[in-house]
Amino acid sequence: MRALQIRRTPVKLGIARLTSAVSPTIAAKVGPLELRRIDDPVRPGTGDGWHQVRTRLSGICGSDLALVEGHASTYFEDWVSFPFVPGHEVAGELDDGSRVVLEPVLGHAARGVAPPFDGAAPGDGDDYAHLATTTVDGLLEPGIQTGFCCSTGGGWAPWFWAHESQLHRVDMPDERAVLVEPFAAGIHAALLALPTIAGVDDPIIAVLGAGTMGLATIAGLSRYVPHARVVVGARYPHQQALAKALGASQVVPDRELRRAVRRAAGCHVVGGQLTSGAHVTIDAVGSNASVVESLAITRPRGRVVLLGMPADVSLDLTGLWHRETELKGAYTYGTETLPDGTRTTTFRLAIDTANHFEAERLLSATYRLDDHVEALAHAATAGRRGAVKIAFDPRTTTGEAS
Amino acid sequence: MPRPGFVLDVDRSTPPMLFWRGENFSLEKLPADRSRVIYGPEPLAGIDDVDGAIREALLNPLDMDPLPALLTPGMKLTICFDDASLSLPKMRRPDTRQRIIEAVLELAAAAGVDDVHLIAALGLHRRMHDYELRHVLGDRIFDAFHPRGLLYQHDAEDHDNLTVIGETDEGEVVEISKRVAESDLVVYANVNQVAMDGGWKSITTGVASYRCLSYHHNPATLQNTRSLMDRHHSALHHSLWRMGEVLREHGPKIFTVETTLNTDTFPSPFDFLAKREWEWNAKDRATFLATQKSLDRIPLKMRRKIMHSIESPYRMTGVHAGFTPTVHERTLDNVYAQHLVDVEGQTDILTMGIPYICPYNPEGIMNPILVMCMGLGYLFNMYRGKPLVREGGVIIMTHPTYRDFHSVHHPSYIDFFEEVLADTTDPAVMSEKWERKYAEDEWYRHLYRTGNAYHGVHPFYAWYWGAHGQQHAGRVIIVGGDAPTVRRLGFTPASTMNDALEIASDVVGRSASITHLHVPSVLVADVK
Repeated sequence: MRALQIRRTPVKLGIARLTSAVSPTIAAKVGPLELRRIDDPVRPGTGDGWHQVRTRLSGICGSDLALVEGHASTYFEDWVSFPFVPGHEVAGELDDGSRVVLEPVLGHAARGVAPPFDGAAPGDGDDYAHLATTTVDGLLEPGIQTGFCCSTGGGWAPWFWAHESQLHRVDMPDERAVLVEPFAAGIHAALLALPTIAGVDDPIIAVLGAGTMGLATIAGLSRYVPHARVVVGARYPHQQALAKALGASQVVPDRELRRAVRRAAGCHVVGGQLTSGAHVTIDAVGSNASVVESLAITRPRGRVVLLGMPADVSLDLTGLWHRETELKGAYTYGTETLPDGTRTTTFRLAIDTANHFEAERLLSATYRLDDHVEALAHAATAGRRGAVKIAFDPRTTTGEAS
Repeated sequence: MPRPGFVLDVDRSTPPMLFWRGENFSLEKLPADRSRVIYGPEPLAGIDDVDGAIREALLNPLDMDPLPALLTPGMKLTICFDDASLSLPKMRRPDTRQRIIEAVLELAAAAGVDDVHLIAALGLHRRMHDYELRHVLGDRIFDAFHPRGLLYQHDAEDHDNLTVIGETDEGEVVEISKRVAESDLVVYANVNQVAMDGGWKSITTGVASYRCLSYHHNPATLQNTRSLMDRHHSALHHSLWRMGEVLREHGPKIFTVETTLNTDTFPSPFDFLAKREWEWNAKDRATFLATQKSLDRIPLKMRRKIMHSIESPYRMTGVHAGFTPTVHERTLDNVYAQHLVDVEGQTDILTMGIPYICPYNPEGIMNPILVMCMGLGYLFNMYRGKPLVREGGVIIMTHPTYRDFHSVHHPSYIDFFEEVLADTTDPAVMSEKWERKYAEDEWYRHLYRTGNAYHGVHPFYAWYWGAHGQQHAGRVIIVGGDAPTVRRLGFTPASTMNDALEIASDVVGRSASITHLHVPSVLVADVK
């Protein structure tokens, strides 16, 4: 089949990294991603539970762009297996015609390993050894998720393999379903605020960034942490409008966020640092500057949740030390406990939230796999082009492999 | 003999009119046969012997004993003076406040008074910089009083040093500086540039608390102030005068010294600003062009610096001392003599150029809120009788309206623009929903008390100042402003004056009458 595939080619990664700062289009052209004819992936396990999933829509995520543009951390080199077909935000269809969304983590069940507890979601657990290990039958190579594993294939292809434990059957439009995965990630980050604000009367949660992840977080906060005052810094007018529509208490241009948090907290400013600030700050950008800003606007003993993948950053952590700020990563999803004690999976919450907010409003454009250069350039500049989520529709792919 | 004010009917031979555009100017051709231009009277002659006139006023006051008779050894004397919001632009040294205070101190010294405090009556304005105090008071007073802590600035948030004098019949609490309240005599040294200032306003705003100010600085009062320049038809002044009555009955003895200035505002090379356009000679035209082009080419920051460095050659036209209301009536006579212009009937469209300065940005930036305040607050209110523009008419202003703020002087203005104006431009709604939060914000309090920031509530007051104009106008258009910023103010942006007139025609039709309020100079239209 014809699919977009990434190979481990350090030279191309290097060139893509250099050119991405100038032109996302050139970076996409010269980078490690290529549309080519590949062998159909072999069923990655001998046991029951593996399904062929035909991709209907597959989103382009920030982590995908980081890979394509050569910015991804080397941290993941041993946790993925090349060459792989990206695409972990997927709305798909099974052979029986049922529609599914993919929970992409290749967890314990997919790898035939005992789960950390009964009913665990794929992302649960406190030992990730199974993610970086080839399965006993040798059919499933390392890979943190579908879309980063050479054995399963990924969403940027007409079809791929997925385990039953990864599939959620849904009855919703594809355009909504493709946003369930990013909504799950945003909701997971939102719920990570709960321990810090437990017992606080009027908690302030700041959100940096209102791209897909930031907006998904805001949706999660307004749905599951409704008593919080959510202050959002969003760069572009359409992001500001969406943030407001998804329930943010206050939305300001990103450069104004520090002032807005100061106003909300009613605190002072010393040397540019707020003396108090947000109880929790959720960084949905993941840049050096956004992490610095997050630390500056979070009150002493508050929590900074890193939702955007930060890669290499250079930080003066004196403030973190002095303020006893908690720095918390927010990766994927799992089993959540809501304030009322309910335990459920993030994906269930995400499906509910995507339906509630009609998440398809965040899907801005879909492209054929053949038009991947244009698609990736669009995704890399989504904000300033007035877009949010860009996705592939592999069903319409035509032409020959390059 | 200075010529009186004048209303020019624009015909085809009328040259383009000068409009302020912030730190620069433009010339705009107004449509013939339906436009008119109002020019203020030429500057009145100043008093030659200023010190002699001040001494004469102190020795022969109105409805009070001569100042020397009020000065006794061992008494507590407090001298309050207007802050940097007056004059605009700052006058050349020596400032009239310096001259008044030096004369008062001389008499106090002769009388053996040694408990003397000097207080800058800044109300909720920013604290003055030391160099501004030196400019207003002179080096001699500054060096004698400031190092000893006897020259200081009013602090409306220093609740330990505020005291309640009483309440008006309408329940307005008069709360002022304790030092002022407990003084045996208060001398107020005033500079009166417009009819709005002076009288009981000096004490009941200049050394009052936020609580006291909030009784008259609010949307309801300012929407019923018709106009700010006509105290007899101003709800603001009615409140101030009620408070004045409380002061008179229960407060300290107040000896008011009020001075008036002529309108000789700009020195060379800005002489052309004071001339009527059709009287410009070749040199004036050349100077205008050179000035405009030069200002265009230099960075905005430098433009501001040049403009704020202007010192006006104002001349004092009058000085009166004694009992506050009596003094103020004489002051008003003088102010009106300089400012009043008879105007026949209202207009459909009022045009005005907004300059680089207003009372709330000396040495600072004319931020968007101040553009609104200057246009709809000050210039719109330059009338007596009826507003120049009819109700539902259009106001067209020219100003770059950049989204730029002085972060030291106007910190709460930035938040006001981002937070409050993003929510509402309705004075009543913002007053209800937002004002208290800003007024009580500890950070703004801190910056007001210890830095050079306007009080946290001040942007609200600046906005309320334009409440009557905002309510009265059918549409407000800003020519040459940053479009998103103009929209945030609730106004309509236009690229050129012709565009603005085209937009205005949607509201007032295609043959609407136009009146241009020529600034400078300062004038008050007496609209019949």
